[in-house]
Amino acid sequence: MSDSNSPGTTGGGDPGRPSWPEYLGGESYGAAGAAGSSGRPEDQRPPRRVIGTPSPAASRTLLAQPDGGDGAEPMEPFTPPEPQDLVRAGKAERIVVACFVLAMLAGLGFLVAYGIVGVGSVTGALHSNLWLGGTLSVAFLLLAAGAVIWVRQLMPTVEITEERHPMRSAESDREAFKETFDEGAATSQFVKRPIVRRTLIAATVPLAVAPLFLLRDLGPLPETSLGNTVWRKGLRLLAYGTGRPIKAAQFSSPGSLISVGPEGFLTDDDAMAKAAVIIIKFRPGELVFGPPTPQGHPTPPNVVIPNWTVDNIVAYSKICTHVGCPAALYEQTTHHILCPCHQSTFDATRGAQVLFGPATRALPQLPIGVDSDGFLIATGPFNEPVGPSYWERS
Amino acid sequence: MSVDRALGGTGIWLDERIGGAKGIRKLLRKIFPDHWTFLLGEINLYSFIILLLTGTFLTLWFQPSMTDVIYHGSYVPLRGVRMSEAYASTLHISFDVRGGLLMRQIHHWAADLFMAGIFAHMLRIFFLGSYRKPREINWLIGIVLLTLGMLEGLFGYSLPDDLLSGAGLRILEGVIQSIPIVGTYMAYFLFGGAFPGHVIIPRLYIIHVLLIPGLILALVTVHLFLTFYQKHTQMPGKGRTNTNVVGAPLYPYFMAKTGAFFLFTFAVLTIAATFVQINPIWLYGPFNPVAMSAGSQPDFYMGMLEGALRVMPNWQWVVFGHTFAFNVFLPALVPLGLIFTLAAFWPFVEQWITGDRREHHVNDRPRNAPTRTAIGMATITFYGILWAEGANDLIADHLSIPLFWTTWIARISMFVGPVIAYWLTKRICIGLQRKDNHLLEHGVETGIIRQLPGGEFIEETRPLDEDALAVLTSRVAHPALPAAETTETEVPAPSMRGGLGRVRERMYKVITESAPLPEHVHGNGHGNGHGDGQLAETDGHAGEGHIAGASTGTQAELHPGEDQH
Repeated sequence: MSDSNSPGTTGGGDPGRPSWPEYLGGESYGAAGAAGSSGRPEDQRPPRRVIGTPSPAASRTLLAQPDGGDGAEPMEPFTPPEPQDLVRAGKAERIVVACFVLAMLAGLGFLVAYGIVGVGSVTGALHSNLWLGGTLSVAFLLLAAGAVIWVRQLMPTVEITEERHPMRSAESDREAFKETFDEGAATSQFVKRPIVRRTLIAATVPLAVAPLFLLRDLGPLPETSLGNTVWRKGLRLLAYGTGRPIKAAQFSSPGSLISVGPEGFLTDDDAMAKAAVIIIKFRPGELVFGPPTPQGHPTPPNVVIPNWTVDNIVAYSKICTHVGCPAALYEQTTHHILCPCHQSTFDATRGAQVLFGPATRALPQLPIGVDSDGFLIATGPFNEPVGPSYWERS
Repeated sequence: MSVDRALGGTGIWLDERIGGAKGIRKLLRKIFPDHWTFLLGEINLYSFIILLLTGTFLTLWFQPSMTDVIYHGSYVPLRGVRMSEAYASTLHISFDVRGGLLMRQIHHWAADLFMAGIFAHMLRIFFLGSYRKPREINWLIGIVLLTLGMLEGLFGYSLPDDLLSGAGLRILEGVIQSIPIVGTYMAYFLFGGAFPGHVIIPRLYIIHVLLIPGLILALVTVHLFLTFYQKHTQMPGKGRTNTNVVGAPLYPYFMAKTGAFFLFTFAVLTIAATFVQINPIWLYGPFNPVAMSAGSQPDFYMGMLEGALRVMPNWQWVVFGHTFAFNVFLPALVPLGLIFTLAAFWPFVEQWITGDRREHHVNDRPRNAPTRTAIGMATITFYGILWAEGANDLIADHLSIPLFWTTWIARISMFVGPVIAYWLTKRICIGLQRKDNHLLEHGVETGIIRQLPGGEFIEETRPLDEDALAVLTSRVAHPALPAAETTETEVPAPSMRGGLGRVRERMYKVITESAPLPEHVHGNGHGNGHGDGQLAETDGHAGEGHIAGASTGTQAELHPGEDQH
C-alpha cells in the first residue's frame, strides 16, 4: 500500500496547488499538481480529481487488486469484473432471485388485496391496513434483502483509495478571483457612481418592509379581548355535553364536578375557549370562605368568596392559568383540581389557589346565583382575565 | 446486448445535448467510505422522501378547514358528532380510503423516524468530531434542519384537529402569548384572533405542506451537495488518512447499497405502520376547548419542551402593570434554545480554544476527545431528564411514586445529572485512552506464560494487527497554544494576552485533558499509514511556545518496524 505521503509524491513543489502543511510538513501533492499548472485550469479544483483520470499521480491504489498494477490506466477496469468466490456467488444469485420473485408476488398480492379487501368500517379499514401493509412490507423487505445480498455477494469486494485535497483554493486562484471580482465591480460602475448605488439601495428599502405591512391583516389586534369572556349577569350555566341548565337543588352529591358553559355559547369554541367553567359541590364546612366581596372589587387571595357561591357550589374557570389547557381532573378526597397538561394543582376549597406546578395564579372564581326557576346563573362576569398570563395583563 | 444499446442510445442523446460523459464518469467513480453510523443521515433523507410521497397522498383527501360539520362517516361511535372538516376528512382517510390508514400511519411513523434519525445523526457527528473544519457549514445546516423538523412535525400532527393536538396548539398559543411585549400580538396574528379561531388549521397546513418542506428540501440539497463536494469523513483505519478517502465507488456500489437502504427504510416504516397503531385520532375525539384527558404527551421530539414547561417553578413578575410570565416563556425558549445555540457555536469555540484550524477528515474516536464527549453526554443527560419529565405523570403512575416527587427529582437532577455525566464520561474516556496506550505499548496479551533463563516469569504478548494499530494510533494531538507567559526568549502572542487569553488558556487545559500519548508503540513492522504527523503533534508548530502539562503529554513518535519487546 502507499499513500499520498509516500516518497513517490514528495518534492513536487507545485506552486499552483494548495498543500497540506499541517499534515505533510510542507509537502505538496507534486505529481497531481503538475497537471494543474500546465494549462488545465479545471484540474485545479481538487474535488474534480478522481481516480482513474490520466495523471501520473503515484498515490492511487487499488487495494483489492494487488496485482492489477498501480495507478490504474484510464481504460483499465476500475473494479474487478468478477466476485472473488464464484461458488458463493452462484448460491447468492439463487437467493437474490428468490427474494425478487417473492417480492414480485407480494407486490401482486398488494394489488389483489386492494381490489378484494374493502373499507368503509372499522373492521374493514383494519383488515385493509393489515393486508395492504403486510404485502407492501414483504415486498419492500425482500427487495431490500435481495439488493443487499446482490451487493455483498455478487459484486466483487473492493476497497479503493482516492486522494483528498485541501478545500481551499490555491493562492493564485484566490488572486485571480479577487482580480476578476474587482474588475467586475469597476466595470459595473457600482463603486464609481455612488449616486446610482445609493438610489438603488434607497429604492429597495420600502419594498423590503412591504411584506411586513402585508402581514398586518393576519389577525385583529388583541386590544382588551383577552381580558373578557362572554359571561355576564343572568346567563344560565348549562352542562357541557347535555346542554341542560342545572338546578342548584338537584346538584346535590358533594364531591362531583360538572363542566359548564354559558347559555347560548356551548358550541362556540372561540367563546368556550375562555368561558369554560367547572362547578363543584362541597359539603358544608369544607370551603374556606373569605370576606364577602362585591362585584368588581379585587378578590382576596386563597379563599372562596362566599357571596359568589350557591349552597356550597363554587364555579371556577376551567382554563388553566399556566398555558390554557382545560384543568379537567378533580381529586375528590383532596379537593385538588389538576391540569392534565403540566400538572398545575389548585386547591378547590381555597379559591383554587395554586398548590404545585408551573401555574402562578389561582383559577378565577365566577360569581353565581340562582334565577327565579332555581337554575344556576352567573351573577356577573369574571373579575379578572382567565387563562394564561400575557404581557398586557396586570 | 439490448441493455447496452438502450443505455448507449440514451447516453449519446443526452451527451449531445448536455455533454456529461466526462464529468459524470468521474462522479460515478467517486469513492464513498463505509461505516454503519454513516447510514444515520441516509435514514433521514429516505424518511423525508417517504414523507413527501405519503404526504402528497394524504393531501388528496385532507380538508384543511375548521368549518363545523356533523359526522356521518364509517366510524360509528362519532356519528352525529360536531367536528371540524379537518378532523372529519382525517376520519375519512382512515376508514373510507383504501390504503389511507396505511399511508397516514407510514407518514406519522416516518416523521418520528425522521426526527429520531436527525437526533442520532447529529449525535454521531458531534461525538466523532465530524463537524470540524471544513464541515462547520453542514453542522449549522443540520441544526436548522432539526429546528425545521420539530416545527414541521408539530404543525403536521396538529392538522387533524383532534383533542390531543388541539391541546398542543393551545399550549403553543399560551407560550407565544407569554413572550414579553410582542407575545399577545404574535399569538393573535398566528391564530387570526383569539384561540382557537378559524384559520389556524389552514395556515398550519400551507406551512406544513409547502413552506417548511420547501425549506427542508432546499437545505437538504445544499447539505448533500456539501457532503458530496467535501467528500465524506472516514473512520480511522489502515491506510486511511486525512489526505485520502478509502471506500467503494458510487457506481455501482454506493448506488446499490443506498438504494437497498431506502427500501429497508420503507420496509421498516411499512411494518411499523401495519402492525403498530400510531396517533389513533378517532379515539381522542374531535377538538373542543373544554375537554382534556390525563396522560397527554406530544410526539417524542417535543417532549423535552413539554418537560421544561412542567419542571419550571411558577415564577411570575408583575411590573408596572405588565406580566413577565417567566414560568412559561423561560422554559419554552431557554433550555432548548441554549442547547441549539451552544451546538451552533461549539465548532468555532473549540477551534478558538484549541487553535486547531486544520481540516479533519478522519473521525475522532469519542474517547480521544474526552471533554467533547463529556460535554455531549452532559447535554444528553440534561435533555433526557427534561424529556422524561415531559411524561412525569405516566412515570409517577407506573412507578407508583407521588407526582410532585417526579417534578422535584427532575428539578434537582437536571442540574446535578449533567455534572455527574460530564465527570463520569471524562474519566471513562481517559481510562479507555490508558487502555489503548497499554495495548500500544505492550501489545495484546496472549495468555502464554514464559519462564526466562533467569527464572523470571513473563507473559507473552503479540503485536497488534494492522487494523487495530491504525485505529489505536489515530489519536490526533491538539496543536499547542502559543505562549501565554513572558519568558526570557518569548513574549505572549496577541491572542493569549488579556482576560480572554487567560480564559482561552484555562479552557485549553480542560479541553485537551487526556491520557498522555503512548511512549513507545509495540509495532508490527508496518505502521498505520499515518506517518503524516497524526501523532507528532508539534510538527509545523516548532518555534511556538507550549503550554506544558499533562494535556499535551509526552511527544510520542511512531517507530514503525521497531519491536520494543
